[in-house]
Amino acid sequence: MKMPWTKKSTNETEATSVEETVLTSEKMQSVNLNAWFGEKQALIDINLPVKANAVTAIIGPSGCGKSTLIRCFNRMHELVPNARMSGKVLLDGKNIYASDVDPVLIRRRVGMVFQKPNPFPTMSIYDNVAAGLKLSGVKKGRNLDEIVERSLKQATLWDEVKDDLKKFGTSISGGQQQRLCIARAIALEPEVILMDEPCSALDPIATAKIEELIVSLKRDYTVVIVTHNMQQAARVSDFTAFMYLGKLVEFGDTDGIFEDPKNELTEKYITGKFG
Amino acid sequence: MDNYSFRKFKNRLFLILSMICVIVALIPLLSILIEVIIRGASQINLQFLFSVNGIGPAIQGTLILIGLTSLIGIPIGIMSGIYLSEYGNNRYASWMRTFNDLLTEFPSIVIGITVSVVLVIGIIGSFSAIAGAVALSFMLIPIVARTTEESLKLVPNSVREASMALGVYRWKTILMVVLPAGKSGLITGALLAVARIAGETAPLIMTVLGSRYFFQGLFEPMASLPIMIWRSALQPSAAVQARGWGAALVLILIVLSLNIGVRLASRGRIRK
Repeated sequence: MKMPWTKKSTNETEATSVEETVLTSEKMQSVNLNAWFGEKQALIDINLPVKANAVTAIIGPSGCGKSTLIRCFNRMHELVPNARMSGKVLLDGKNIYASDVDPVLIRRRVGMVFQKPNPFPTMSIYDNVAAGLKLSGVKKGRNLDEIVERSLKQATLWDEVKDDLKKFGTSISGGQQQRLCIARAIALEPEVILMDEPCSALDPIATAKIEELIVSLKRDYTVVIVTHNMQQAARVSDFTAFMYLGKLVEFGDTDGIFEDPKNELTEKYITGKFG
Repeated sequence: MDNYSFRKFKNRLFLILSMICVIVALIPLLSILIEVIIRGASQINLQFLFSVNGIGPAIQGTLILIGLTSLIGIPIGIMSGIYLSEYGNNRYASWMRTFNDLLTEFPSIVIGITVSVVLVIGIIGSFSAIAGAVALSFMLIPIVARTTEESLKLVPNSVREASMALGVYRWKTILMVVLPAGKSGLITGALLAVARIAGETAPLIMTVLGSRYFFQGLFEPMASLPIMIWRSALQPSAAVQARGWGAALVLILIVLSLNIGVRLASRGRIRK
């Protein structure tokens, strides 16, 4: 019988050597990244660069591994039971899967916004934004009120909620909740923000607001966005990656991918022939 | 009778049958309640409730037992429930879950006799309040563990992920995010479990024994309502039997008020 305090072998990642630095100009970069759920391989040899202060969009049909890929970028993938991975993900040239790296610290540097808005149901709007700072204990000597206000302003939500900061985070509309989640992520001042189909549960007006916000975020952050919506990718991103069946088919600047795709599959997908 | 009205008739028949069954099931419950109220209510006055000659020691003993048992059982039960829900994705936990279910269904007399042998005869060497609380805890823990697990599993995973993605450690996520989200379920479960053990008699007979006096100490025998009811019923004297009915009414009121507490706690959950 396996005891719970022995680390589950299925969740073990192939530990690489301590302190690995690779010379790269990219903010993040996956190197021969493979990922599995149990026996099923979800990602196959992904080498994707993510440029600093730019928006990188990942497009592809459902089940192609887009979400799994970005969940490997902040080590959220390994939280799923039976999930494992191999390869490297570099953040400023350092492998975030090196054996001496604490995943919790990586998640503070690489924030995430989920598909469905998920504010903390028991917390007020204010506490939701402050949650990251309070719970991860990094608020020392800093003015919470100021950070909350700045984050909500950056997420273009401040004017709508400034009089209701005490209300529950779940009491506002879906689009507002999603911007609240973005504010919650940027309150920690991460370096990279990962967004997993952030607009798929929202109406067109809320979507337009979030898209505007994404474009404005790249001034201060590096953004990676997974989307089903190709128009969205074309509107907000500087670089686009097209994935299919767990493989990275094509990567390039967004204009190039949409106007002159090199790969036949990419062309078929963006012209709506499948997917 | 044509086909359609026959089907309509069958429909009506089914409804009536199930209504009759509900009434049949309620008759014993209602008759017990009425009986206890008729026979017990006349007993109740301040003297009866609070003096040594009435049921004062028994009420005090039962409240002390409830308190002690909660003190021992609820933290252990909640922590076990947290383990089963949040870390319970392994074989060890599924074994624990099975044992836990088994313990929930365990005959209370067996728990009583075991605690009696180990504590009353063995370690402590006397019938005692603490031994009774330990025996009741053994009944409380598995119920609380189960309800805690169930109510934490109702907390959506997206909430855990949101916290983990902010770089919050697992234990802090559970303590500060998951537990508050499942709070009303936890309270409901704990209160229901306490209500369930408040009326237990079998484990107490062999552990706290019963007493005619107010609380003497944790390591001394103690009075309690269920034991008092049981002993009163065995006495030939009509006055003593009447006292037993009064005690029964008070016990029912205590359990009922715990249940009302549950109602209030779960109403809060719906509002949210």
